[in-house]
Amino acid sequence: MGKWDWQVFLEDPGGKIPTYWQWLVSAWGWTVSVSLCSLVVALLLGSLVGVIRTLPDSPWLVRFGNAWVELFRNVPLLVQIFLWYHVVPKMFPVMAGLPPFILVVFALGFFTSARIAEQLRSGIQALPKGQRYAGMAVGFTTPQYYRYVILPMAYRIIIPPLTSESMNIFKNSSVAFAVSIPEMIQFAMQAGEETSRVTEMYMAVTVLYVISAMVINRIMAWVEKRVRVPGFVVAGTGGGGH
Amino acid sequence: MNLDLTFFSWAVVSSFLLKGLYFSVFLTVVATLGGIFFGTLLALMRLSGKKWLDMPAAIYVNGMRSIPLVMVILWFFLLVPNIIGRPIGPEYSAVITFVAFEAAYFSEIMRAGIQSIPRGQVFAGMAVGMTYGQNMKLVILPQAFRNMLPVLLTQTIILFQDTSLVYAIGAYDLFKGFDTAGKNFGRPEEAYLLAAVVYFVLCYSLSWLVKRLHKKIAIIR
Repeated sequence: MGKWDWQVFLEDPGGKIPTYWQWLVSAWGWTVSVSLCSLVVALLLGSLVGVIRTLPDSPWLVRFGNAWVELFRNVPLLVQIFLWYHVVPKMFPVMAGLPPFILVVFALGFFTSARIAEQLRSGIQALPKGQRYAGMAVGFTTPQYYRYVILPMAYRIIIPPLTSESMNIFKNSSVAFAVSIPEMIQFAMQAGEETSRVTEMYMAVTVLYVISAMVINRIMAWVEKRVRVPGFVVAGTGGGGH
Repeated sequence: MNLDLTFFSWAVVSSFLLKGLYFSVFLTVVATLGGIFFGTLLALMRLSGKKWLDMPAAIYVNGMRSIPLVMVILWFFLLVPNIIGRPIGPEYSAVITFVAFEAAYFSEIMRAGIQSIPRGQVFAGMAVGMTYGQNMKLVILPQAFRNMLPVLLTQTIILFQDTSLVYAIGAYDLFKGFDTAGKNFGRPEEAYLLAAVVYFVLCYSLSWLVKRLHKKIAIIR
């Protein structure tokens, strides 16, 4: 390996971007935007599917929700990304013109939605049944008691698993390298090859991943603190005794 | 798009897929066994109450868990040949990577498993004169394993899916088999769809088995 040579980051990769460190920053930007957009898709879809799976008296919707979760949980993310990138645009001509970025966001978003749906379902089921009945008893419709009674509590319960899922989505965005999204892994592989300074490139990317993970962790801890309802603890959901 | 699955014959299975499937399964089994072994050691280090054991284990586990698996795969592929002083193929590198990486995840599971055993049992073991090693081996770990068996197996299914990421270093696994077959026959779309179906069938059946096992164990307790 020899000695470090960090000045390699000041060299010119010979493209549109003047230096390697600026390329790294742009790659980090791609990682962040893929992750955040996928997180939005995953939260929306995951909430919808998670709610569907807990609806009373709608067995077909529940079955659909369960099938959704099983489908997206039992196929590796890499395969799902290849399907969205290579197969979906050919099968559905409507999707043919979509940029790869959108396709990868869908892939990662749908993949993660299954996990979030599963967490939200168990969050909702962890609530005492009485809350649902109370909502019904005061005359709320089903959408109303979900909106005003169940979901506000369920989302608070699942903040810890959502935290790790947000960190996972960040890590999983790395799989997008396989379909030429210029995110950090792609950068590490290409810049490493061009400069033969593979260790330095990997180090920089690794450090950025670790920093990003810590930042998300802090943000979610802050969110958890902000939305806490004093004195509210649901039995059996807190990890470890407290 | 017209799907044409006619290229998919026994010859394709035997010349492209079986080799890949064999490696994926081999990698999963070795990484699970190795991961549980080293993961248990890491968990014991973290629960030892001695700072000089706890701290390095904690740094290792949290470090591994905050980096994407693809990055770890690339790191090991770069570093292992440097450390042992001669080049090794992507397959060997993948095996070492997965054992090291999964140990971090299995150690968290084992830690939870060990902590799920009531403290009284530890004291009971000490009271009848068992050493720390005997106590762990005869009282705590067998129960921890049994309590955590469904979680360990679920992690194994995730691990099996993650083996597809050796794509990054070009190791020949099940997915690479489909990829190569699809490219050779000019039918990549069909190959990726088939890959998804095969992975789904394998993982879904495995998770169904785990669910059944979970029920059985729950009754015994």
